[in-house]
Amino acid sequence: MLKINNLHVKLEEEDKQILKGLSLEVPAGQVHAIMGPNGSGKSTLSYVLSGRDGYEVTEGEAHLDGESLLDMEPEERAAAGLFLAFQYPVEIPGVGNMTFLRTAVNAQRKARGETELSSGEFLKEVRAKAAELQISPDMLKRPVNVGFSGGEKKRNEILQMAMLAPRMCIMDETDSGLDVDAMRLVSEGVNALRSPDRSFLVITHYQRLLNHIQPDVVHIMSNGRIVKSGGPELALEVEENGYGDLLAEAG
Amino acid sequence: MTATTDLDVREGVDRETVETVQNMGSYKYGWDTEIEMEYAPKGVNEDIVRLISEKNGEPQWMTDWRLEAYRRWVTMTEPRWALLNYPKIDYQDQYYYARPKSMEVKPKSLDEVDPKLLATYDKLGIPLREQMILAGVEGAEAAPAEGRKVAVDAVFDSVSVGTTFKDELAKAGVIFCSISEAIREHPELVKKYLGSVVPQSDNYFATLNSAVFSDGSFVYIPPGVRCPMELSTYFRINAENTGQFERTLIIADKGSYVSYLEGCTAPKRDTTQLHAAVVELVILEDAEIKYSTVQNWFPGDEDGKGGIYNFVTKRADCRGDRAKVMWTQVETGSAITWKYPSCILRGNESQGEFYSIAIANNWQQADTGTKMIHLGKNTRSRIVSKGISAGQAQNTYRGLVTMHPRATNSRNYTQCDSLLIGDKCGAHTVPYIEVKNTSSRVEHEATTSKVDDDQLFYCRSRGMDEEEAVALVVNGFCREVLQALPMEFAMEAQSLVAISLEGSVG
Repeated sequence: MLKINNLHVKLEEEDKQILKGLSLEVPAGQVHAIMGPNGSGKSTLSYVLSGRDGYEVTEGEAHLDGESLLDMEPEERAAAGLFLAFQYPVEIPGVGNMTFLRTAVNAQRKARGETELSSGEFLKEVRAKAAELQISPDMLKRPVNVGFSGGEKKRNEILQMAMLAPRMCIMDETDSGLDVDAMRLVSEGVNALRSPDRSFLVITHYQRLLNHIQPDVVHIMSNGRIVKSGGPELALEVEENGYGDLLAEAG
Repeated sequence: MTATTDLDVREGVDRETVETVQNMGSYKYGWDTEIEMEYAPKGVNEDIVRLISEKNGEPQWMTDWRLEAYRRWVTMTEPRWALLNYPKIDYQDQYYYARPKSMEVKPKSLDEVDPKLLATYDKLGIPLREQMILAGVEGAEAAPAEGRKVAVDAVFDSVSVGTTFKDELAKAGVIFCSISEAIREHPELVKKYLGSVVPQSDNYFATLNSAVFSDGSFVYIPPGVRCPMELSTYFRINAENTGQFERTLIIADKGSYVSYLEGCTAPKRDTTQLHAAVVELVILEDAEIKYSTVQNWFPGDEDGKGGIYNFVTKRADCRGDRAKVMWTQVETGSAITWKYPSCILRGNESQGEFYSIAIANNWQQADTGTKMIHLGKNTRSRIVSKGISAGQAQNTYRGLVTMHPRATNSRNYTQCDSLLIGDKCGAHTVPYIEVKNTSSRVEHEATTSKVDDDQLFYCRSRGMDEEEAVALVVNGFCREVLQALPMEFAMEAQSLVAISLEGSVG
């Protein structure tokens, strides 16, 4: 599914290398978690994969189902099946949440040469999926993320994920700012989407989220690289001992 | 699409917007109609003024009124205070009167109108057949199923080619016809109100209009009547080197109500064309007028060649107590826009509202805003202006709010937002505020922002391309004003917002 090889990335504006030869492979159907201390480059990885401006790839490559991601525009990556759940979802005043969703869904369908959803089909689907995530009809009408609480914003990201049905989901600290109940809702939403042909890359600081979303593989990232990979027990180790020992061990 | 709920329709509108952006060239109305025209000689002088009056079959008092205006106009100088930069206009190098030859003998009904003319309006999406409904740019299938009736007066260059639903309106006592017809058929109303809101001597362009206006629309709503359908006028400039000078006069008598829509387009030409219109609204006691405009004159090409010079004087006079007026405008076209729809709040407790979206892209320049003149006690006004600048365009909001000594306990609220796309355009806000009593309150809020990269990236990461993303964000920015428009116009306006900004990113 997702294959990243020796990725080197620097900031466009300043001469600062963030990713320094990162390699990673997420096979279809698997959930991989990336943990790591602040500043290790986790968010940069998610932005570079989804095509945000401001980064320069100096070396390496990233492929989604064999297609080179780095040559594509952000919207092409989305249509190819990549989705990023933002750490800080963006507010768009005046644009109804439902309008936004429908525009996105149909833009992707159009890009893939599929017929667009009719208004009836769309409404039916969005209402059902919103109900599962306990998103009120009112929240669907309100402008995108404007005045949403932290939990509402994250649930809204998962709703978008559910509606867009991507093959590769990247979640950037989706657990940050969530209370226990919201965390449970978000995790249930994600777990419901798990399937043999969909993969997840879950970026998080804490093991807590991984209690709800069971990863197949846990990667520890430090200083722009994956320094250690292992099973779910690796996350527990971090939770108990912090990153200190692991990083020292990785040298 | 079948519309089930309001939300549903809005959803559909956005989809239309997005499709429109992808499917359209930059100016959809740029084609012209090949039709045999009759012109008055180029230039303006007393003979031309007399000729226009004669062509319209006007009585002597009207000819005299025009000549008086002309004589005043030659003593005036063109105003240059607006933030607009354009070459000197040669007023003698234009045609002031152009009409299709087939209109020489006035058609008695729409069935007699030249099919070429009917086809022109058809192509513009403006139905001149009464069974049809005004559907916005995307054709009838996009209109709400229960679509309302809209009566249309279609003005082609200098003449009105036809007015629909006249009989049905007449049953309600509503007069809706071309102004030339009103001058002939309803002289008492025209004499009483023409020039009573925008006097002949008002300003350079209004005075010129008073002398040479060729046609336009006239509406009279009798006391206590709620106009049974929306009224609209569709202006089309077709002939080359021809100015359009239309005059609209709407009178809402005591306790009446009317919603009126105005649309405008012109072919793509590489020479500039002059448009100087006057709109006068008279609102008596307890009456209300809603006046909506979607102005989409040809804006000139990407290099700033051609386009319409749009100098318009629009004013509403709330003459009676509790009279209400609401101006809504979506200004996307024209190379130059000079336009300040105003409200004179003369009656006590009268209300004026102004909602505006002004988009300037490429080399367009817009200097537009409103005047709220509070004269009566307890008067209220509200201004919501959304200016969008892209390319090399300059966009100025210029507004006056004045509270006279007698206008006690009055209020104004002004919100003025500017949005910039790219780094070569400009947004300017010039509010003038005069408060001459101690009990009135004036609030002014203004913001200027750029289309945010984070917003665009968020949209794109969900699959929209850059232009769709910009259209979505800008439509969100304009939402308050779009919502003030009647549904059919809101659809057209949303598409226009997207089309007007084509090529503004990337």
